[in-house]
Amino acid sequence: MAVDVIMPQMGESIAEGTVTKWLKKIGDAVKRDEPLFEISTDKVDAEIPAPAAGVLAEILVPEGKTVEINTVVARIAAEGTAVASAPAASGASKPAAAPAAAPSPARTAAPARAAGPAPAPSGPAPAAPAAVSGGTLSREDLRRTRSSPVVRKIAAEHGVDIAAIQGTGISGRVTRRDIEAYVGGGRGAAAVAAQAPAVAAAAAAGSVTAAPAKPASSPAPLVFKPGEAVTVVPMTAIRKKIADHMVASKRTSAHVHTYFEIDLSGVAGLRDRHKKAFEASEGIKLTYLPFIAKAAIEAMRKFPIINSTVDGDNIVYKKEVNLGIAVALDWGLIVPVIKKADEKNLIGLARAIADLGERARTKKLVPDDVTGGTFTITNPGGFGGIVGTPIINQPQVAILGVGVVEKRPVVIDDMIAIRTMCTMVLGFDHRTIDGADADRYMALVKDLLQKANFSELGG
Amino acid sequence: MTARRCAAQWLGRVPYAEGLELQQRLVRALSEGAGSEQLLLLEHPHVITLGRNAKPGHVLAGEALRQARGVALYPTGRGGDVTYHGPGQLVGYPILDLAPDRCDVRRYVRDLEEVLIRTAADFGVSACREEGLTGVWVGGQKLAAIGVRIARWITSHGFAFNVSTDLSYFNLIVPCGIADHGVTSLEKLTGQTVDTRAVAESAARHMGDVLGREMSGIEASAPREAVA
Repeated sequence: MAVDVIMPQMGESIAEGTVTKWLKKIGDAVKRDEPLFEISTDKVDAEIPAPAAGVLAEILVPEGKTVEINTVVARIAAEGTAVASAPAASGASKPAAAPAAAPSPARTAAPARAAGPAPAPSGPAPAAPAAVSGGTLSREDLRRTRSSPVVRKIAAEHGVDIAAIQGTGISGRVTRRDIEAYVGGGRGAAAVAAQAPAVAAAAAAGSVTAAPAKPASSPAPLVFKPGEAVTVVPMTAIRKKIADHMVASKRTSAHVHTYFEIDLSGVAGLRDRHKKAFEASEGIKLTYLPFIAKAAIEAMRKFPIINSTVDGDNIVYKKEVNLGIAVALDWGLIVPVIKKADEKNLIGLARAIADLGERARTKKLVPDDVTGGTFTITNPGGFGGIVGTPIINQPQVAILGVGVVEKRPVVIDDMIAIRTMCTMVLGFDHRTIDGADADRYMALVKDLLQKANFSELGG
Repeated sequence: MTARRCAAQWLGRVPYAEGLELQQRLVRALSEGAGSEQLLLLEHPHVITLGRNAKPGHVLAGEALRQARGVALYPTGRGGDVTYHGPGQLVGYPILDLAPDRCDVRRYVRDLEEVLIRTAADFGVSACREEGLTGVWVGGQKLAAIGVRIARWITSHGFAFNVSTDLSYFNLIVPCGIADHGVTSLEKLTGQTVDTRAVAESAARHMGDVLGREMSGIEASAPREAVA
């Protein structure tokens, strides 16, 4: 008998909410109306109470994840049903042992496998210290021996090695029934059989984001050896999203990269002349990026394939340019989008870039700010890199990478000159864009930037 | 049906931690049926508050500069980002029970914005909302910020309205160059000296009108300066 906990609707016309913090861990006893988790919805933080009393059995939505209202985010099991050992608590053990036993079996299974970053493994369960002796035990051993105090007590009484018992609990843990069956020779065997499907069902129900807890018989391969000096940190929601997005893009597009050396001396001169006045009138710094964005957009008018997407066997040309600008954040990477960037002039682009960058850094972007992009500019030169090989932001077909802007010696008319140079790269999808077209497009971008004819600045 | 009563109080300058504790106490009392609705009006000494997700890296000022300017750093454990509070900024913490008739966070935030827009209008400033953003804005610059927390429909935190705030302090947290573009104050907009307490009284009055509360207390309560 589990009670579903749902993402509440905190107001008319509010469609979704983000789980920001779980106030309880899996296995914790919860009282009805006790604060269970916190959400952020429509920029308001709210604390949500538990709808029923029991034990928090599953967390289906990790911290940081946004889901639609009425999505089941967790399940609360009636006290005792979550754990095999609980209902049978005999006179030998105090009743209080039952809830205390609950946390440990559930904890490895759900947070680590299903819920991802959700409840950071905040210290060992109160029952666990005896079993946790640094990283010297294998993962499987941990599963087996990290059993409830009741189980360990019975094992100790009978001089049994828990690791030798075939566990039926979550992740192969040895439940009270398992050890009773082992010790008593068959006593409780039927109960073991009955228990197994229930565990499987509970595990399957938990598989919203990732694979359900697997039985111990097929453990995931170890990427580090037991005892190795490592620190394990669950990926944040944004990290996982980036990871999935990047791999999916490499699988989807036939990536090719073409590099162009572009002389930005003209743009640099313009920028120097207008920097002060611009900052005074607009309140923002005049960077190279708006110039580059303007040129990239201009050149698309001649090469619309750059601003297209692939839909099955069709090429879909986008009439508006929604320009994504990759912004590096301390906690990840986000690509806010300038809508209808092709309708903006240089100053408008500069403003939009500054605005989105600032809102990205202060977490004030709204969902609409990061969707609908048709082309992306990224800045692998931000830390001095000459240039990079950017991955296409799906479902787009091209991405412009801007390397560091610096003075370099170049040959002009058989003389060596010092010019402000930048290496740019176009990453494009060879499924629909041929090298010649990509190169012609880049040649035009180069030409526009080198001519530096940006009339709004009077330059 | 008579309007619910809400007691407004001007508390003067209150350290951030003390204000937080007071709010928590009032929220608890209200949820246990022992308290009453309140509107706390105050200002904080210089403080940068960090939301749970904010990393210290978002505070642009180095430790030395921050301390040199006498600004405390306070991690709040709430969601959200980095904010600045300080003298000359009217902070309002409405502790209200939105149940049963106002259970809508979006409506509540809009109501707060409405209160602040009307308050600004009392001082001759025409402020507005900005699509997709919270807070109250004048010409693309933020006059007042809103940050709300709700637990069982009882509200806490609220708004921060720049009356005569020294806006340069925002440089400590907002990317350089954008700061002057991003925030403004009543004093900067009107070119006149405005008393924070007068703005507080105006905000309390509009709070009553917009949220349907019968406000009491703001004029009567004695100013409590420098609680710390």
